[in-house]
Amino acid sequence: MSSDVLPIGSIELPDKSDSYYRVWQLLESVTDPEIPVVSLREMGILRAIRMGDDGLEVVITPTYSGCPAMEQMHDDVRATLSRAGVVAKVVIQIAPAWSTDWMTADAKDKLHAYGIAPPHACVKSDSPQSVFNPIQFASAKFKSAQFAVIPCPQCGSENTTETSHFGSTACKALYRCLHCMEPFDYFKPY
Amino acid sequence: MAVNTDYLLHLADNALILGQRNAEWCGHGPILEEDMAMANNSLDLIGQARLLYQHVANLRKDGRTSEDLLAYFRDAYEFRNYTLLELPHSTALLPTASGDRDYSVTIVRNFLYSALMVLVWDALKQSSDSHLAAIAAKSFKEVQYHLAHSRSWLIRLGDGTGLSHQKMQAAVDYLMPFTQEFWVDSPMEIVAAETGLGLQVSSLKAAWEEIVDDALTEATLKYSSSQGFVTTGKLGVHSEHLGFVLAEMQSLARAHPTAVW
Repeated sequence: MSSDVLPIGSIELPDKSDSYYRVWQLLESVTDPEIPVVSLREMGILRAIRMGDDGLEVVITPTYSGCPAMEQMHDDVRATLSRAGVVAKVVIQIAPAWSTDWMTADAKDKLHAYGIAPPHACVKSDSPQSVFNPIQFASAKFKSAQFAVIPCPQCGSENTTETSHFGSTACKALYRCLHCMEPFDYFKPY
Repeated sequence: MAVNTDYLLHLADNALILGQRNAEWCGHGPILEEDMAMANNSLDLIGQARLLYQHVANLRKDGRTSEDLLAYFRDAYEFRNYTLLELPHSTALLPTASGDRDYSVTIVRNFLYSALMVLVWDALKQSSDSHLAAIAAKSFKEVQYHLAHSRSWLIRLGDGTGLSHQKMQAAVDYLMPFTQEFWVDSPMEIVAAETGLGLQVSSLKAAWEEIVDDALTEATLKYSSSQGFVTTGKLGVHSEHLGFVLAEMQSLARAHPTAVW
């Protein structure tokens, strides 16, 4: 496995001067299998396109450790490229750890339009310098950060409540709006 | 430098065995939301176990070890998980007895283990093994949510009805002695701490007690004594329950060792 250092944060589509511009363009059509409105790049899952020892490499990173959609994404990337005649190896690299903070602003807008409340920014930085404080974690301060106000993606009301910590996929929780009474998914900050 | 794979297997086995146990609730959860919660919790834990087993397989480079071999073709004495994690979802039973699953035991166990692992994974982000540090960074994010979930149910049920309070206290009293195993450092943990791969979990005891004490107080539950026999699952000496867990988990792979999806 290559140990190249990967970028942190959102990945913007490179311009035409980038040597792998065509590959980036092709992969814009590969979406998250569970959320077909956002591309892997917009989700922050597609991390890099680079030349490895054995040729072109497309680097993706898993979201949750056990996300079952990972295999599908791997196959979708390969199929899309091979249809266009591009030979590339798909590399799964876990460091640095994916974060919902890496989603692009566009992705958050698309999630919202699709009916999924986008994630809040993660409160704690996961940089090595950050010091985890278990007391703060255990206190009410943590709870207010984790269970922040989540506006309804349908009507915008902030009068919403969590119905379930866990939802239809590993990355979502289930909420409902007490104003328009619609249930909705909330993409959990990770 | 040779990496101490026993230590990695200890972390992996903890995640796999608790993941397998919690998955027993799939389709049997007390309410739909908790059914999904345990399935999701297991997904995270088994995902963590896979990353660690794959890491061990890559390190051994013997052309034979794979994540499947480690999960499905080792026997109980080779597993290095804490005994706490292999117990059935019920309070003390005779070895051959079976009882209804009790969600209070599930919640208390998840809470006690998540409170430990939130500290362990946070510390392992600094591991000298960069791949373990990467796994720790992901697992840390996941276990925080597991802790938030189990802690909220600990309080909801502990500070709930008379019956739910009584059942939660019984679960705390039953499980607390098993946590003593966390604090007795084993040779593999001492070696891991010396090389910077891991840490001596005993150094986290005060921080763990603070998380546990704080939540138990809010849940109106008593911190029960954890005296008595110290279990030795992480040394490979398990309770009678692990064999049953493995029999269910491994039988298909062992009956059809060359099967592929």
